[in-house]
Amino acid sequence: MLGKLSWDAIPIHEPIDMIVSAVMIVAVVGILLWLTWKQLWPYLWREWLTSVDHKRIGVMYCVLALVMLLRGFADAIMMRSQQAIAAGGDLGYLPPEHYNQIFSAHGTIMIFFVAMTFVIGLMNFVVPLQLGVRDVAFPTLNSVSLWLTASGVLLTNISLVIGNFARTGWLAYPPLSELAFSPDVGVDYYLWSLQISGVGTLLTGINFVTTILKLRAPGMSYTRMPIFCWTSLAANLLIVAAFPILTATFAMLLLDRYLGFHFFTTDAGGNAMMYVNLIWAWGHPEVYILILPMFGVFSEIISTFSGKALFGYRSMVAATMAICVLSFIVWLHHFFTMGAGANVNAFFGVMTMIIAVPTGVKVFNWLFTMYGGRVHFTVPVLWTLGFMVTFVIGGMTGVLLAVPPADFLLHNSLFLVAHFHNVAIGGVLFGALAGYTYWFPKAFGFTLHEGWGKAAFWCWLIGFYLAFMPLYALGLMGMTRRVQHYDDLHWQPWLLVAEAGAVLILIGIACLVVQLIVSIRTREQRRDITGDPWDGRTLEWSTASPPPVWNFAVLPQVESEDAYWNMKRKAGGQRPAQLAATAYKPIEMPLNSATGFITAFFAVITGFALIWHIWWMVMLGVLGAFGTMLVFAWRDEEEAEIPAEKLAHFDRAHRAEMAR
Amino acid sequence: MQDEMLDRAPGDDEPSMVAHDETHAGLRAYLIGLALAVILTATSFWAANTSLLWAPGVATGLAVLAVAQMGVHLAFFLHITTGPDNTNNVLALAFGVLIVTLVVAGSLWIMANLNDNAMPSPELMNLHMQH
Amino acid sequence: MSAAASIPSGRALRTGSEHRGPASKRIVVGYGFWIFLLSDIVMFSAIFATYAVLVHATAGGPTGAQLFDQTNVAIETACLLASSFTCGLMSMAINSRNAPATYIFAAITFALGAAFLGIELREFAGMIAIGATPERSAFLSAFFTLVGCHGLHVSIGLLWLVVMMAQVAAKGFRPNVERRLLCFSLFWHALDIIWVALFSIVYLMGAR
Repeated sequence: MLGKLSWDAIPIHEPIDMIVSAVMIVAVVGILLWLTWKQLWPYLWREWLTSVDHKRIGVMYCVLALVMLLRGFADAIMMRSQQAIAAGGDLGYLPPEHYNQIFSAHGTIMIFFVAMTFVIGLMNFVVPLQLGVRDVAFPTLNSVSLWLTASGVLLTNISLVIGNFARTGWLAYPPLSELAFSPDVGVDYYLWSLQISGVGTLLTGINFVTTILKLRAPGMSYTRMPIFCWTSLAANLLIVAAFPILTATFAMLLLDRYLGFHFFTTDAGGNAMMYVNLIWAWGHPEVYILILPMFGVFSEIISTFSGKALFGYRSMVAATMAICVLSFIVWLHHFFTMGAGANVNAFFGVMTMIIAVPTGVKVFNWLFTMYGGRVHFTVPVLWTLGFMVTFVIGGMTGVLLAVPPADFLLHNSLFLVAHFHNVAIGGVLFGALAGYTYWFPKAFGFTLHEGWGKAAFWCWLIGFYLAFMPLYALGLMGMTRRVQHYDDLHWQPWLLVAEAGAVLILIGIACLVVQLIVSIRTREQRRDITGDPWDGRTLEWSTASPPPVWNFAVLPQVESEDAYWNMKRKAGGQRPAQLAATAYKPIEMPLNSATGFITAFFAVITGFALIWHIWWMVMLGVLGAFGTMLVFAWRDEEEAEIPAEKLAHFDRAHRAEMAR
Repeated sequence: MQDEMLDRAPGDDEPSMVAHDETHAGLRAYLIGLALAVILTATSFWAANTSLLWAPGVATGLAVLAVAQMGVHLAFFLHITTGPDNTNNVLALAFGVLIVTLVVAGSLWIMANLNDNAMPSPELMNLHMQH
Repeated sequence: MSAAASIPSGRALRTGSEHRGPASKRIVVGYGFWIFLLSDIVMFSAIFATYAVLVHATAGGPTGAQLFDQTNVAIETACLLASSFTCGLMSMAINSRNAPATYIFAAITFALGAAFLGIELREFAGMIAIGATPERSAFLSAFFTLVGCHGLHVSIGLLWLVVMMAQVAAKGFRPNVERRLLCFSLFWHALDIIWVALFSIVYLMGAR
């Protein structure tokens, strides 16, 4: 009746798991109860859960990312603590089977549910505003993407309470991930969570490629597009090109596990190396999907706060598109040691080094943007400067690893772990927090508290170096990754320093939480009345904070790069003139839809049922999702008209606010 | 929106703003496409089975014929042209073809190399298979 | 976007007036579906690459040359190609808002697609009956997955076609129904393109 599911699935014999599960359940139930008590469900349903507005969806993605950051970081500090004490005679507090789940969950959550989610959230919020249009190409599909991602998050977190997660690392290599060696549900949780959220991500890619190429304000030719939109285009092209490979590869592993196929098994001709090959053909473009939009964020921030146009816009665009294509010809550098010959290794090694060149071009362009400008050292700029130093170091260690003979020694050592955290934290996370701080006032109408932001930055920066620089040394000393216990006591001092770094990062995260609470509490003091708190250059700053649902009452006519800056200059340093009353025409906006939320509900049911082999529930889930699609396809009204008076009224009110 | 004259959805055989009329030109495209596809398909089957061709060249020939058939589909059934109204569609297609080539060719090159270096020999493989 | 806007030229830089603003819904939907199709083709290419790598991994079991029946493949190909043609005729009928012709060509397209599937399922059943199951060897796993994935797409297409005809009956040739039909025909033609690769590489090359 219930497949493999039984009461044994609840981990009553693992105290740490039980405590963490209990905390999670209490937190979730607590929030749900609070929402009910405050009678917020109608508001939540109407304004957020069924919203197809890219701004709302973007905010929800970012909230998801920040919450999962807490979960992923909890895994991290548990690992750091284990490694700090588990030397020689001390076995630490995490048994190997549990430790293996933690590092697998840590990587999976951080890449798929923190980094990807944050990147997509920022792109969602910002891109249509910067393009001068009202929404993405497919708003309801956008909602579906968000909720499918949330489904993957939910399934992964359910694995804490019911069953267990994978123990196979964040990429689940076979043969270990095959049924013969991982018979329990862990790998199935991993695979189905990521397949479901992967569909969501692919749909996002399609949505944004179409939006950027086909929906831009009048006059915005490609060379007048903000640089963040270019980097988003490149990232979304990579999503469209790479995620199908992930889907196919996971599907093949699932066929092995569920139907006894032999793609990657150790017998009957299976070839586990093909999995490694394919997963990295996805995996390498994936890291560029994460970093390219962040390059865009930094470009926007540094040009705004230097008061100068971005230096070398053309070369930035060229470098971005070059990285986009090159990211598809380097993937073997993730498995130099798997046994390919010198020719193959050399080719991919050289290509990996070449891809560092366009990135270097970008760094110089940022430096030249600052040079000769008046740089305001706001929190986003601090994150940007932190990024420039940290990412360059991480990039250099990457080029070092790109040399196959060096990689033969350093592959899967802590040196590698230090490298990828160097670029992931220095690049992706710093970019996420920079973007979060930079665009927060646009989303919510008030800026974040500057002091707590600076505190968070310094804790993160110093904490990062303390936590990861020792790992470079440890890697060179021979310590491998994913180690639950070790015998070489010389390693321990370094790991203690790393633990101190992790604690400092924890304080940094606490500062971010405090910053948010304090900012909300004192928001009247930091209201963004004009909508342009930073004297911005791009079109999103021409709207009110937060913008109305329709973004722009009349689509702006774009005449140059840095469109809004140009408009302000033409208006003689004032805000561009009020539109005439006759300029307002009624507009059609897409209706809210529960399709995304309900589809995701059925996706969770289907995923859970597949994991536990409850076949009748699988049918139910699939039919439910199909039915939801049919209901959506049959609706007669797709859009609602917003009358011209409402548009004019909003603008007038906004101007009156500013005049006071 | 004047751009409509300069932009076309993939699969449409006229820019969006032009009235949709059934034209003989439309039917002709499909008929020519069908005829060409039939000829190319028949040729493929013949090439695969005949002894008249040099054996090692047949695989290449089949690949060329396959690409030609795909081209016929794109041109005559999907109305993909090289005109300026189709630029985005062609660029997207080219990007897709690039990725497919890199994934397939790259994987084949890598795996052949790995198999040579890292897989057990056929005799060992058979031995392994037998228990 | 005109060619002038997509490849920055002197004229576009000076005036930028070539870009007239957001494209029409039909173009946006068609292009978005085109991008989806390209992603689908990348997915197929990953499975294709796996097939190519595993094609000789027969584990002492049957090979392609022993299993494939070219007559079947020829009939399947004819069915699918013909269905692509009739789908084109259906598109023409839709463009001229000719409902009876639309239904007729849709029915023929459906019948041909169903025939294709029927033959393919019979082929699979035959192979399984003689022990050439996907669990037998890596080669067979790859074969069943690659060809089966295409067959699954055809099945989804047939289901979609039925739903679309129901929509035409219920709602007539509304703009959104027409857009969906455009997407369907893109999908159907793309499936035939993938089949060209399949029968050439798997069946014809595999039989030698």
